[in-house]
Amino acid sequence: MFTYYLDLAVRSLRRNPVLTFLMVLAIAVGIGAAMTTLTVMHVLSGDPLPGKSAHVFYAQVDSDPTPGYKHTEPPDMMDYRSATDLWSTHRADRQALVTVPKPLKIRASDSSLPPLMEPVLFTTSDFFPMFDVPFEYGSGWTAADDTDRARVAVISSDLNNRLFGGKDSVGKTLRVRNADLRIVGVLKPWRPSPLFYDVRGGRFANGDTAGYYGKPEGVFAPFFTGLDINEGNFWWFNCWAMPKPGERMVNAPCNWVGLWVQLDSPAKVAAYRTFLDHYAQQQKALGRIGYTETRLRDLMDWLAFNHFVPSDVKLQTWLAFAFLAICLFNTVGLLLAKFMRRAGEIGIRRALGASRRAVVAQCLTEAGLIGLIGGLGGWLLTLVGLWLVRQQQTPYSGLVHMDVSMFIVTFVLAIVVSLIAGALPASRASHVAPALQIKTL
Amino acid sequence: MQIQPIVSALRKHKLATALIALEIALACAVLVNATSMIVGRLSAMHINSGVDEASLGAIVVTGFDPKQANDLNARMVAGLRAIPGVQSVHVVSSVPFGSPWGSMGVTLDRKHYVTVPEFYEGGPGTPEALGLKLVAGRFPATDDYQPLQGYLPLSSRVLITRALAEKLWPGESPLGKEFWSGKNQFRVIGEAAHLMMSQYNEEGERGAQWTVFVPTQPGGQLSGTYLIRAKPQDLNRVMTAARAKVAKIAPDVVLDHDYSHTLPTLRTKFFATDRAMAGLLVGVIVALLGVTALGIVGLASFWVSQRTKQIGIRRALGATRGDILSYFQTENFLIVSFGIVLGVTFAIGINLVLMRHFEVARLPYWYLPVGAVVLWILGQLAVLAPALRAANVPPVVATRSV
Repeated sequence: MFTYYLDLAVRSLRRNPVLTFLMVLAIAVGIGAAMTTLTVMHVLSGDPLPGKSAHVFYAQVDSDPTPGYKHTEPPDMMDYRSATDLWSTHRADRQALVTVPKPLKIRASDSSLPPLMEPVLFTTSDFFPMFDVPFEYGSGWTAADDTDRARVAVISSDLNNRLFGGKDSVGKTLRVRNADLRIVGVLKPWRPSPLFYDVRGGRFANGDTAGYYGKPEGVFAPFFTGLDINEGNFWWFNCWAMPKPGERMVNAPCNWVGLWVQLDSPAKVAAYRTFLDHYAQQQKALGRIGYTETRLRDLMDWLAFNHFVPSDVKLQTWLAFAFLAICLFNTVGLLLAKFMRRAGEIGIRRALGASRRAVVAQCLTEAGLIGLIGGLGGWLLTLVGLWLVRQQQTPYSGLVHMDVSMFIVTFVLAIVVSLIAGALPASRASHVAPALQIKTL
Repeated sequence: MQIQPIVSALRKHKLATALIALEIALACAVLVNATSMIVGRLSAMHINSGVDEASLGAIVVTGFDPKQANDLNARMVAGLRAIPGVQSVHVVSSVPFGSPWGSMGVTLDRKHYVTVPEFYEGGPGTPEALGLKLVAGRFPATDDYQPLQGYLPLSSRVLITRALAEKLWPGESPLGKEFWSGKNQFRVIGEAAHLMMSQYNEEGERGAQWTVFVPTQPGGQLSGTYLIRAKPQDLNRVMTAARAKVAKIAPDVVLDHDYSHTLPTLRTKFFATDRAMAGLLVGVIVALLGVTALGIVGLASFWVSQRTKQIGIRRALGATRGDILSYFQTENFLIVSFGIVLGVTFAIGINLVLMRHFEVARLPYWYLPVGAVVLWILGQLAVLAPALRAANVPPVVATRSV
């Protein structure tokens, strides 16, 4: 029966090509707009560490000693003392300190290229296993390298291509500012979206968070080595007092170090929370810090707290779905016109014994066919839309591609939309009174 | 023109009428809100930076040791000034649309923070080179330019914008008044009409102008960013030459390609995403009006073909072509009007939701009647073709097979 209805549907669509074209166009344009923005949303709001994000946490303690303000949230980073106190206890399964990445002058000692500015992230050895960072050559540095302030570095595949033509550069020397670091590892191409370990300050960004989707740093070096080679040149998240001229970062009244921890069981999470609270209370009792607020958010909670999806993208998605709704109303109107024009034909079918359900099924088959063709058009328009997104100068423009799930969603959405659009006209058509129609023939 | 028969005819087609009216309503709501957002983005793009953008450019270099700062400043200023067409070169902390130097909370009583303005620093003659317009007070004199103690002089005589003065001392003249940031003291000697934050984040014109200019001696932290002034017609040539010359002046530093541009170029880059968003919104509006018009055409065509016989009878009974035409046009006008009444409610509702969740301004209410007129015109144009076809139905149709 379905093939018969399909045949009828094709005939009906052919009979009135202009109306068919209008309906297909409306669905295609609506689906194209909706799927373009939905794909961007899908890419931007995804889990950057699938399977592991629930075990990765961002720890916060409020290090500000100055009393008087109402602090509802601890600052997004910690001072040197708090961060290293927490880190050095090794209470978590894994723990990594991170700094605010800053471009530093880089050159390869045996390369003729001019020096370049490349963002450098100072972190600790657990960073690589905790975040499942893939290595092309070599590996990360060891825990001993952290405490020994070893002059080592890991570089990104992108920087390795630029400096060493993509060859195995492990063992070569990289000059960072005025220090020589030995390369111990080269990453595979790696592009978490968003660049979660650099996400912070989102609540002050007014929704302008496209910067969270940038590329990973070109150089990773041990945090404590950074204290030696980058003194006076760190960026901070905020300061509660003006740093004195020449004051070393380890004593600066500034929040500039973040702490990521991996906790593999709920019991460990609870224990770590208690540990943070105790630490803050103890430090407050000592008079070093003024507040006892602490936070331990898992990765996705931390991203959500930072409103990580740019508000422009959310706005565009709402807009696209409003547009799809208009296209839907439009299609309902046109389908209604189309089905009611065939009232005579339907009347005869009913008179010959077709049930109302059969008429509805026939009408919905036709609507579904329109949805399928519209979905095809919508898929092409989505590809055009994504191409347009990629032409924009946004940090995430290179990330936006359609994957299999979004491809399937395109057609499912198109057919669902067309079936919804067809439901009302189909039910109207099935209520045609056969006698009345036959009489007028 | 009798409306009564049209209304009773529409009553027979409640569903189709409601659908078109709903479509118009949604279109009206989206149209009005999207237009308001476009206007918001475009007006943000016209922010007054307070400086002579057309004559200014910035050269930013990084990757040098702070100990070399004085030597680098001397070499850069001398080298850049030697480029033909350069009127002046000043060492500055940042420029509007450049990379921000720093924001600090300020207090009037050393206890309660009032607001967080952005600070600019610059060597002797910078305010004049920027082209700042004073509304009160004076530009810094030579002895107002003091050496830095770290990031700021301990006590400085500064220029602030009118917007910041209004925030700190509402209704009073700021001249001679003091404010503090930590241990640093600032005394206001001049009030500038405008000087925008280097990278303001759409808190509106008011917050974007909360800035302080601190006159300082170059050196130490104040190094690496150079303000170049040239005649507007020379600027592009001068900046191209300046970027190329940096490699000769200081081979060991790295030119910041993102921020070493003319100010007009930096402005264009700064607003690139806003421009893209505005373009996208225009695209949506065009597509939206197109789809709505198609819906009207489709449904009107269906009604015309359905009523061919009635039209024939009316014509046979003496109705003119004009009567038929105006029947369909009035019918469309009524449907669109229902849609607009509904759409105005939707538009205000959507605006309230957007205002709560996004950085969207309140909808100016005069947009609503304008949106209504646009939709009425769109409806009339869309229905014209089917209505003309209806008007051309010959009276003889009435006599054919009943």
